[in-house]
Amino acid sequence: MRRRTLLAASATGALLSGCAPERRRGTGGRITLRFQSLAWQQESVVANKQLVGEWNAAHPDIRVEYVQGSWDGVHDQLLTSFEGGEAPDIIHDATDDLADFAYGGYLADLTDLLPRRLKDEIPPRTWQTATFDGGVHGVPFLQEPRVLIANRTLLERARVRIPTAERPWSWAEFEDAAEELTRDGTYGVAWPLKEPVSATLNLSLSTGGKVFHRGTDGKVTVRFDAADQRVPRVIHDQLGGDRTAARTTLGMGGSDTLPGFFGGKYAMVPLGFSYRQQVVQQAPKGFAWTVLPSPAGPGGDQRQGVSPQTLSIAADSPYQREAARFIDFFLRPPHMVRLARGDWMLPTGRTALRDPALRTRRHGWATGTSLAGQLRPAPAQTVRGYPEWKDKVATPALQEYYSGAIGMGELRERLVDDGNLVLARYQR
Amino acid sequence: MPSPVPGHRGPGPSPGEVRHHRTAGRRGPTARRRAARTGQYLALLGYLVFLAFPLLWLVSTAFKPPRELASLHPGWIPDHPTLDNFRQAFDEQPLLRSAGNSLIASLAAAVITVAIATPMAYVMARHHRSALSRAATGWIVVSQAFPFVLVIIPLFLVLKEVRLIDSLSGLIMVYVVWSLPFALWMLAGYARAVPRELEEAAAVDGAGRLRVLVSVTMPLLTPGIVATALFAFITAWNEFFFALVLLKSPRKQTMPIILTHFIGTEGVADLGPLAAASLLATLPSLVLFALIQRRITSGTLAGAVKH
Repeated sequence: MRRRTLLAASATGALLSGCAPERRRGTGGRITLRFQSLAWQQESVVANKQLVGEWNAAHPDIRVEYVQGSWDGVHDQLLTSFEGGEAPDIIHDATDDLADFAYGGYLADLTDLLPRRLKDEIPPRTWQTATFDGGVHGVPFLQEPRVLIANRTLLERARVRIPTAERPWSWAEFEDAAEELTRDGTYGVAWPLKEPVSATLNLSLSTGGKVFHRGTDGKVTVRFDAADQRVPRVIHDQLGGDRTAARTTLGMGGSDTLPGFFGGKYAMVPLGFSYRQQVVQQAPKGFAWTVLPSPAGPGGDQRQGVSPQTLSIAADSPYQREAARFIDFFLRPPHMVRLARGDWMLPTGRTALRDPALRTRRHGWATGTSLAGQLRPAPAQTVRGYPEWKDKVATPALQEYYSGAIGMGELRERLVDDGNLVLARYQR
Repeated sequence: MPSPVPGHRGPGPSPGEVRHHRTAGRRGPTARRRAARTGQYLALLGYLVFLAFPLLWLVSTAFKPPRELASLHPGWIPDHPTLDNFRQAFDEQPLLRSAGNSLIASLAAAVITVAIATPMAYVMARHHRSALSRAATGWIVVSQAFPFVLVIIPLFLVLKEVRLIDSLSGLIMVYVVWSLPFALWMLAGYARAVPRELEEAAAVDGAGRLRVLVSVTMPLLTPGIVATALFAFITAWNEFFFALVLLKSPRKQTMPIILTHFIGTEGVADLGPLAAASLLATLPSLVLFALIQRRITSGTLAGAVKH
């Protein structure tokens, strides 16, 4: 879908030139910036609107108009807006969606627009997630690690060692624990694999898996070596080998696994950190659950890939400096904490991460914040052609592998051979 | 050849046998007909259940509290029915305003589509053997094959030039253009079903061209017009992509756009309020259909012409 849209955009863009945006300067020199937010959870929307209100109260000459967007269809909507010169000034998105926009010249390079305070607040490895072609095209501000949400009662009954951020399970220990937990109609783990690519790639960082390798010439190729194969093999063996994972969840999204989790069918579910909100909201009264760190690779390596949410500025915006000022205000440490709590995610800012509200053990916040230092850019997000590789090659190949239809050899062949053919088209 | 039996009046069956044979003969087909009818009803019932299931499940979900939504064994009837999902949906999103926008856009699109399509369809039906009519039909078929994404950017630029971005008028125009080919095709079929002989008979009786159209043709076309209007209305009411791209102001957003605000990343959804809002979004279509479905009746022409 994205690629088709992009092709249509480039074809029509070549034929039709967009017009320069009208300057939205009101009377008395007052300007209006449009901020399209993708916040959707109630607390998050409230936090966003409150911050916009606070800005408007303090800056009567630079008014920010809050526009509610939605994650559904945002890529196509933004692309059309960019092509038509009608994009919002301030754009909320995620780093894995930015590459095409950044390379297409639709997003402003923020390198010289952002204040030192904000630059220093966010770690360099996190800035990498929004750096394309040498330019910073978004401010990463919220991120979520993948964690194990587990049934505490079943864990205690099975007497397995409870992993902590300091002493996580190795992948082998995780397999053993899943085996211990598989009994009386309960599976040790439920892997929601409707979208298998990001989970597989991001968790594989812990075993040294990269999949995408950038050469000295800047070109990216796909490899699928032993380090890349470790995590997929664990999942495959749990599903089809020792049957410690439920096969019924192969086609499920994360939310779909929760009824089974609450009903005691699965002892653990690997999910994004923000799913805790649904667990809190939907769990039966008295249901005991806990948040565990994802398994670690050799030497306790807990790295995993993330695609943080970002704030960007449209290249067409006539008010880039003002928009950058708003972003700086919006992402001050206390504000970042409010946004993180609203979305049940982790802030990227160092100061915000130290906030006591995010260090509490309640609802697993402490487990998440202790993982923050291990989060890295998702391996794929700066790769041009990744969306097509994911949709056409990796998703079907991984789904077939996990279901047992193909073996590791054929999986490797398809990911690498077919994958490199796809990527080559984007790197001529 | 059987031997003759005393009292038998020839090789044929006796009158009693004939009566018995006739009744048996009648009873056989009747039983088969009954069985066939029962089968038809059962199939129809199955089809109705299949069609109604999503709607009934939506109703059930809309009244369930969060904990019941995540139950491993969900039931049809909520254990603790609640209106909280509706309250939350109304609190979080401007449902009434967006429903109003959808209603304006859909009604306007339906009325304008029908107003343009009716005369065009009549001409196409009456001259369906002409090259122009065949070309028009071909264009209609081809136009249905264009994907949204192919036309959206040029359309966006054109609407921007005429200052119709972020306006319901622009959206209505797009809906009319998008619905028109299929509406035309649909109505042309209805118009072809109106017998020329009726119009000719009215003309012989002294009615003028306009009188024939108003008094003879239009009443017979009414079911088709209603069905086409309904099609245009529902198409516009449910449309998401154009509305998403063309409308920027929160005040102008339509219902399908507002519904997506209950959905987050990776398809995670706030299921209760989403179901409640979706249920409200289906009501206008259902009500409208219930009100006018009697107008969409076949058989209005039955017996009008004796062939």
